[in-house]
Amino acid sequence: MTFLKTLAAGTFAALTLATGALAQEKTEITIATEGAFPPYNLTKPDGTLDGYDVELAHDLCARMMLKCTIVAQAFDGMIPALNAGKFDAIMAGMSATDKRKEVIDFSISYGSTGQAFATLKDSDLSKMPLKDALFSLTTNEAGARKAVEELKPLLKGKVIGVQSASIGARFIDEYLSDTVEKREYKTTEQHDLDLLSGRVDVIMASMGYLIKAVEKPTNSEMEIVGPRFQGGFLGAGSSVGLRKSDTALKAKFDEALTAAIKDGTVKKLSEKWFGFDLTPQ
Amino acid sequence: MDFAFLYETFVTLVSAIPTTLQLAATSVALGTVLALGLALCRLSGIAPLDWFARAYIFIFRGTPLLVQIFLIYYGLSQFREVRRSMFWFILRDPYWCAVIALMLCTAAYSAEIIRGGLLSVPHGQVEAGRASGMSRFMVFRRIVMPLAIRQSLPAYSNEIISMVKATSLASIITIMEITGVAAKLISETYRAIEVFIVAGAIYLAINFLLIRIVALIEYRLSPHLRQAPVLPPVAAGETR
Repeated sequence: MTFLKTLAAGTFAALTLATGALAQEKTEITIATEGAFPPYNLTKPDGTLDGYDVELAHDLCARMMLKCTIVAQAFDGMIPALNAGKFDAIMAGMSATDKRKEVIDFSISYGSTGQAFATLKDSDLSKMPLKDALFSLTTNEAGARKAVEELKPLLKGKVIGVQSASIGARFIDEYLSDTVEKREYKTTEQHDLDLLSGRVDVIMASMGYLIKAVEKPTNSEMEIVGPRFQGGFLGAGSSVGLRKSDTALKAKFDEALTAAIKDGTVKKLSEKWFGFDLTPQ
Repeated sequence: MDFAFLYETFVTLVSAIPTTLQLAATSVALGTVLALGLALCRLSGIAPLDWFARAYIFIFRGTPLLVQIFLIYYGLSQFREVRRSMFWFILRDPYWCAVIALMLCTAAYSAEIIRGGLLSVPHGQVEAGRASGMSRFMVFRRIVMPLAIRQSLPAYSNEIISMVKATSLASIITIMEITGVAAKLISETYRAIEVFIVAGAIYLAINFLLIRIVALIEYRLSPHLRQAPVLPPVAAGETR
């Protein structure tokens, strides 16, 4: 069923691309999400998509008066696929980083959580210092460096799991590459499994993801430890990814998001899915 | 075409070739031993062994390798008993999980190839060997096995090549072989076409070399199929 949907959506996207030159004003768009990154986006047992991204996408589409089809896509190939015209927008908890901004455009931010560590409760890493401290790479880069130095003795020689091509992976490359061994996973659920089985000692992921992951019954051994990092190359937060040529669509998304932030929809939805308010300040 | 970028990509991907080759070589070598055992089980005429081999081949040939890799890597590690067992030091390591999955899969295919090769040995040759007083084992070692190897080599080279390509699946369990490095490069640069073209070209070069090597071995093993060399005519009365 999902396959058929994807196929249909793909055909549809190709058709929209082909007719795009003729019809300046789009009335229908396809939005890609991952469907495996709760609470941002997830696939329910019946195969339908749900989550913060998905619910917000429906809200924004109603505001923009566009008919939207939401499709599930692998996270690591999303940006090339967007530029190839397979779909028109990305809403997958994707952070607007400088590197990504070189290839695609982003709307204004619709939520910021920061990156955090998680490990097993009986691990020696569970005593990681600086618990819950928040460091911004934009405003307090020196403080973040100092915090990392404080973590290094404990992390020395450990194996860290992280989603491939994520901002967490870049953080490890820039700050911890001489200390830890990095393993890259296609999905965050895979590094959770390997944390539980003991193949990796610690994982780094978005706080928004981790806060839900530790609540899962199967992850009862897992806990969030140490400080959080945000800003700088970690991005201002999750934003809608759009093709650089689609300036009209970007304007529409920005307008709809501003309205959704203003009337409290972003606050309401993020509290529903994350348990805390992600409204960008 | 941005040749500087292509060159840079090539240099990065070349560093992953040893991992790919090592993975392919280890799993093919171990898989062949297992395959020989399975083929002998199939031909043993002992019903339990035959049925075990049939079931094994049925399962491993009938399910996708990707699923097998997932089950071995993520599936087995779910069980506390496995994590506490003596096998965990092997199963903990993504590299060995990939080798085990590739080995088990190639064994199923190779077993059928080897069985075909063994069955193709003419009965007369075996009888001739027995008539000359060779033991069953000696007949197998000297006559059946060499002929079977020669017979199954073309099909077997296909299997080796598909194993080299199958190593790309190991990238999903965090192994940084050619495809793993390529996927990482793409997510850093977002230039899928260039990176995959270079990766594809590297696989093509590896497999081209493999094809030539097998062709050479085949040539050496089958002198009987070649035309006899034409000897210079011998003049009348001349002694040699």
